This record gives sequence, C-alpha cells and structure tokens, in this order.
Amino acid sequence: MKARHLAVLVAGVTALANVAACGTSSSNDNDKGSKAANIAPLDPNTKVSITVGCQPPKSSKVLRTEWNNDVTAFQQLHPNITIVSKDAFPCEDPKTFTAKLAGGQMENVYYVYLTDAKNIIANGQAADITKYVSGVKNYGSLQPQLLNVFKGGGKLYGLPKTNYSMGLLYNRKLFQQAGLNPDQPPTTWAEVQADAKKISALGNGIVGYADYSAGNQGGWHFTAEMYSQGGDIVTPDGKKAAFNSPQGHAVLQNLQQMRWTDNSMGAKQLLQIADVQPMMASGKLGMYLSAPDNIPTIKDQFQGKFEDYGLAPMPNGQGTLIGGDGYMFNPKSSPDQIKAGILWLEFENLTPGKGQFDWAQKKIDKQPVGLPQPNIFTGAPAAEELQIRKQNSNLPVDNYKAFADGDPKVKYRLEPPQAQQIYAVLDGVVSSVLTNRNADVNSLLSKAETKVNGILANAE
Amino acid sequence: MQRNLTAYGFLCAALVCFAVFSWYPIVREVILSFQKTNFVGDTKWVGLKNFHRVIEDPSFSAAWKNTAIFTLLALICGYAVPFVTALLLNELRHARGYLRFVVYLPVMLPPAVSVLLFKWFYNPGPGLFNEILRFVHLPTLAWLDSGKTALISLVIVATWTNMGSGTLIYLAALQTVPAELYEAAELDGAGLLRRIRHITIPQTKLILLVMLLLQIIATMQVFIEPFLLTGGGPDNATVSVVYLMYQYAFNFNNFGSGGALGLMLMLVLVIFSAVYLRLSRDDRDGRAARV
Repeated sequence: MKARHLAVLVAGVTALANVAACGTSSSNDNDKGSKAANIAPLDPNTKVSITVGCQPPKSSKVLRTEWNNDVTAFQQLHPNITIVSKDAFPCEDPKTFTAKLAGGQMENVYYVYLTDAKNIIANGQAADITKYVSGVKNYGSLQPQLLNVFKGGGKLYGLPKTNYSMGLLYNRKLFQQAGLNPDQPPTTWAEVQADAKKISALGNGIVGYADYSAGNQGGWHFTAEMYSQGGDIVTPDGKKAAFNSPQGHAVLQNLQQMRWTDNSMGAKQLLQIADVQPMMASGKLGMYLSAPDNIPTIKDQFQGKFEDYGLAPMPNGQGTLIGGDGYMFNPKSSPDQIKAGILWLEFENLTPGKGQFDWAQKKIDKQPVGLPQPNIFTGAPAAEELQIRKQNSNLPVDNYKAFADGDPKVKYRLEPPQAQQIYAVLDGVVSSVLTNRNADVNSLLSKAETKVNGILANAE
Repeated sequence: MQRNLTAYGFLCAALVCFAVFSWYPIVREVILSFQKTNFVGDTKWVGLKNFHRVIEDPSFSAAWKNTAIFTLLALICGYAVPFVTALLLNELRHARGYLRFVVYLPVMLPPAVSVLLFKWFYNPGPGLFNEILRFVHLPTLAWLDSGKTALISLVIVATWTNMGSGTLIYLAALQTVPAELYEAAELDGAGLLRRIRHITIPQTKLILLVMLLLQIIATMQVFIEPFLLTGGGPDNATVSVVYLMYQYAFNFNNFGSGGALGLMLMLVLVIFSAVYLRLSRDDRDGRAARV
C-alpha cells in the first residue's frame, strides 16, 4: 500500500466523521406500546403462539421435565395459547443479548437478571406492560422494590421471578476442625477475620476466606461489602461516587489485613465465582460471600454435600446486595402475545404452590427445597409460599437458620447505576489490594473515585 | 473472455465471500463508531463522541501501553524462540518427525485448554512453576497475581501456544537454503554461529520480515490470555486494547465506543499490514527476478 492510499483512507475516515457529526438519525420500527383497546383480557378464541426463554437445558433432566409438565398443564388451562419453549444456558448472556434482539431471535418473553433490567428499559429493548398486569392476582403482593427494578418513567416493563440476597456461605466441617462453633457463624467482619485466621491455620492449602477480584466480580463483591458496612457506591442521586469513604477504607483494610497480615486468603488471587465454588466443594475454603443458590450449585456441579455448608447473613449486617431475575417482553411482541405471556408468568412464577413454587413436586423430584431465599411476595402469598416450602423442605435447614433469622433484618440494597462499568473500575482496586502487599488504599480509592465520576458524568 | 470464464467464476465467489464476511463488517464497524445504537431502538449519529469517550477512559492509556509491551515482549520471546527451535530441529539427524510433532502439539490444543492449563502452572500456591522453583531452592513468584509479572506471564502462554506454527514456517524456509552454501562455508572453516549469521539469516530474511510483521499484527490483538487468565487485572496490568473493546461492547453495552476503539486499532494495524503487503510484493518480485 502506498503512502497516498493511507492518506486517502485517513481522509475518508475524517470526512465520514464530519458527515456523521451532522446528526441525522435512523430508527427501527418498534411496537411502541398498545392502544387502550388492548387492555381487555385475552380472548379465549384468539389463537396465540409465544416463545418463552429459559427452559432448563437438556442436561438438567428433572428441571426440564418439570418445565415441560408445567407448559402442558398451562396449555390445558388455555388451549388457545401455544408456548414455544427456548432453552439456553446461561438463560441470559449479556454478550449476545443485543445481537439476539437485533437479529429477531429474542423470545417474546425473555429472561433477564435484575442487574440488567434498568439498562434494557433505558435502551428501549423491552415492551411496556403496564396496561396488561391489572389481572395478575398476586401483582399487588409483589415486593415493591423488586417491581421498581422493572419500572422506568412510571411504566412497568417486566415481572420478577426470583430474588436473592447476599450472605456468608461457610464450611461447617472446617469450622469444627478449627475449633469453631458451626452454629455460631461470624456476625461482624472482625469475627470473619478471626475465624478465617483459625481456619487457614489448619494448613494443607486451606483458605480461610476467599474473595473475587477479576471479571468485574471483584467490584460486585466490594459493593456487597460496602453495603454490609453501611456504605454506598454512589450518591443517592447517582451522579457521584461515594465509596471513597470510611466504609470503603474499612472494606479494603479488612481485606488487606486478611490477605497479607493474617495470610488467611490464600496465595492465589484474581478469583471468580467459578474458581471459588470448587474450592468450597473440595473442603479447601472456609468462607465466602454468596447467595443461597450457590449451595445447590456446589452440590450438583462440584459434588459437595449439603450438610457441609452453612449460611449466615452479611457480616456487620448494615445492608446486603440483592439480586435475582425475572422476565421482560420483546418490544416486537403483539398485545395478544404480551397478554398470553403474562398469563404464563402468572402460572409459572407468580403463584404459590404452582410452577417454580410447586415445592411438593420438587420434593418428589428430589430437588433441593428449603433454601432461605427472600420472598418475592409480601403479605398472604408470602406466608403461603413459605409454609409450602417449609412443609416440603428436604435440606438441612437448621444450617441456614442464622441466615433465615438474620437476613430479613438487613437492609436490602440494589446494585448501583452503570454497575458493570463501576465494577470494572473497582475490580482494579480489589485486585490491587489482594495482589500488592504495599497497595495504598487511599490512592486506590481516590483514583477509582475519579474514574467512576467520569463514568457517571458520561452516562446518558 | 470465454477462456477465462471459469477463473472469473471462482473470482466472483471469492469476492462475494470477502464482501460478506470481511469488507461489509469493516464498513459497518467504521459506521458504528460514529453512532449510538442498541440495534433495536433509534440509531443516532454522534460524531466523534464515541472517540472522546474512549480516549477519556483511564483504562485507554493502560490498554495501549500493555498492548505495546505485550507486543514487544511477544516479539522478543515469540519471534526468537521459534526461530532458534527451527534451527535446532533443522540440525537434528534423529527423531526429527517426532520432535516436530511435539513442537507443533500446543497449536492443536484449543486456546482455552492451553490457558486453563497455565492457570494451574501459575498458581502461586501448589502451581507447577512454583513447585519447580521450590525444588531448586529459588524464590517463588506470584506470576499472574502480581502487576510486575502478570504481563510477561501472558507472553509465556502466548509463546508456548503459538510457537509451533512459526517453527514449522521457519523450518520450511531453512530447507530452501542451498546445502552447497553451508558446505562451502564449512570448507572455509565457518562455525555454526557464523553459518547462521552469514548464510541462514540472509537467505531467510524475507520470511523473517514477513513473520515479524504478521506477529506484530497478531500480538497487538491479544485477547484470549487476559480474558481467560486475568480478567485484565491485577489493577489493569493486563488489560489490552481488544479486551477493552470487548468490555465496551459486551459488558457496557456501548457498541459505538467499542467500534471507535476497534477503528483506532484497525488504523494502527493497517499501517503494519501495508508494510507487510509491500514486503510480500518485494518477495514476489525478488523471486520473479531470480527465475
């Protein structure tokens, strides 16, 4: 290639930039909502077919059978509705989400993590379902803060499925071996530090406490730890970073001390969830922060034993990060498809004793029943769901008593805005502390604060 | 025309494939870097805003710096090691086929498998490398867990996984060097190093140059190693330009800024590619002149 060719290329790009700056725009045709006439319930004589995401994969035989049986039961109740199930693992992959939506491959009723709901709403990637939910029996009993995740500009764009809150997952066996009482898990970070020290003193490569510090997961856990200390990641108006605070310093100094002074966090860092779960399953880890759903994962995927694990609420207990999942609607769906989708979600996800809450069936199918998860309902439906869950429990629920008793007293907190970008910055902070003995906490927090302020200022 | 119809048919098929799978994505990416879009709702032209956004990102300078250092280190290790290995293999008289297979074996492993293997090698606790260091009574290293050694650790992985291809290309080039040149040099009393310096390197100069540029182009696009081994850490010590692009597009859902960063990288690579094309042409012309 000659120099003039390169010059032409650069000139072309510059010209294109100038043209681009002129500010023309194009848009796709979207179903921007529905007319008032569509508020009526779905006509039983109208044939509707909808695609629904997050059917369990073939590898999860029992869960898939349960799902398929639910679909059959639902279609018997509503013969005019055809559910076309779509399986994928993981159910939502942020990396392919937009491509799937743009390529017309997204289901009418698609699965989302609570983390992503706000962005999806802001991006106009979900249908407004405000007018369609009035007929949902337990809608009024859903946790308001969960519903808020699916709201934007006073409109509703989705419905929750499950809810979790972060706690402290610990290895009861190692607690006993270290001379600790497994029925009295640590309640403060100081106690976590002391217990971790005793557990790691067992030697043989056993780590007292592990934390994530890569793949944006370090920032995620830093957020949970900040909440537990009563701190914030961003200011209430979401415009400034708020973690360069006494709580932020306390979180990092605590990690620094465990990692370098106590040597209770092991030598291997830059860990992510997939590194830590096998450590717990193989009896090489004493404690880590986790949601209750990690317990069946450790058991199923890494051959752990239910009886080995206990669960406690977040140390210090000033707050905990909550998360979960739900379903939203493809903006290209017709009003009838949205109505049919809501009927399905009500049947599968929002009725105690049915679908995902059919604990009696799950017990028969030898699925774990009795994990202490925050209820998606309030009032009577919450009590009903909890009662059915307790009746059919097949797990050593006493191991989770500390969590079940303590967690409801902890303030539930959602993730910050621009969560993934902020987590990416905080990953650097946490990984520095865990990999550099001489890391300067003040400087790290100060630099991260500047970066996050930039991110928040650029957020649209 | 009639005579060349078949050739034109093949040419058309190739052009269609290139247009659909190479040129269109490039053009689309260039356009995307001046837009704000989520591929579903409205698409807005935003001028150079995506570029400003990326340049203002504190990770931007770290990503370019890391990519440049990685490229430099990968050249020092990944360029010299395969050439020396090829020289050794070329000198061997026994078990040549077996050793070539052994050298090429890592290339046949899926990159993710190689990377996960090194994850265990690099474990600062019971990892293989530190076990070896302990065995010979040397101080252990933190490898990936230290900002000082993380990048060179990734270079070692990249070198190990990719050296097989380079070695085979160099080996092929070495075997085109006329044997009588070596015989004459030996008669004149030239030792191994002098033979390499005055015969091998000049005779394979063009291949060496082309490989050098190809390696620069490939290593500047480093992604798999930081993505799978370090997640860009510790503290951005291994974040690369392509990894940052990935973060923008797929984690931050900001395709425009990802595209802008991609365009910057593309322009840098275009310069190297232009040099490569020039050298390829010189190689062709040189060979044509010799015929």
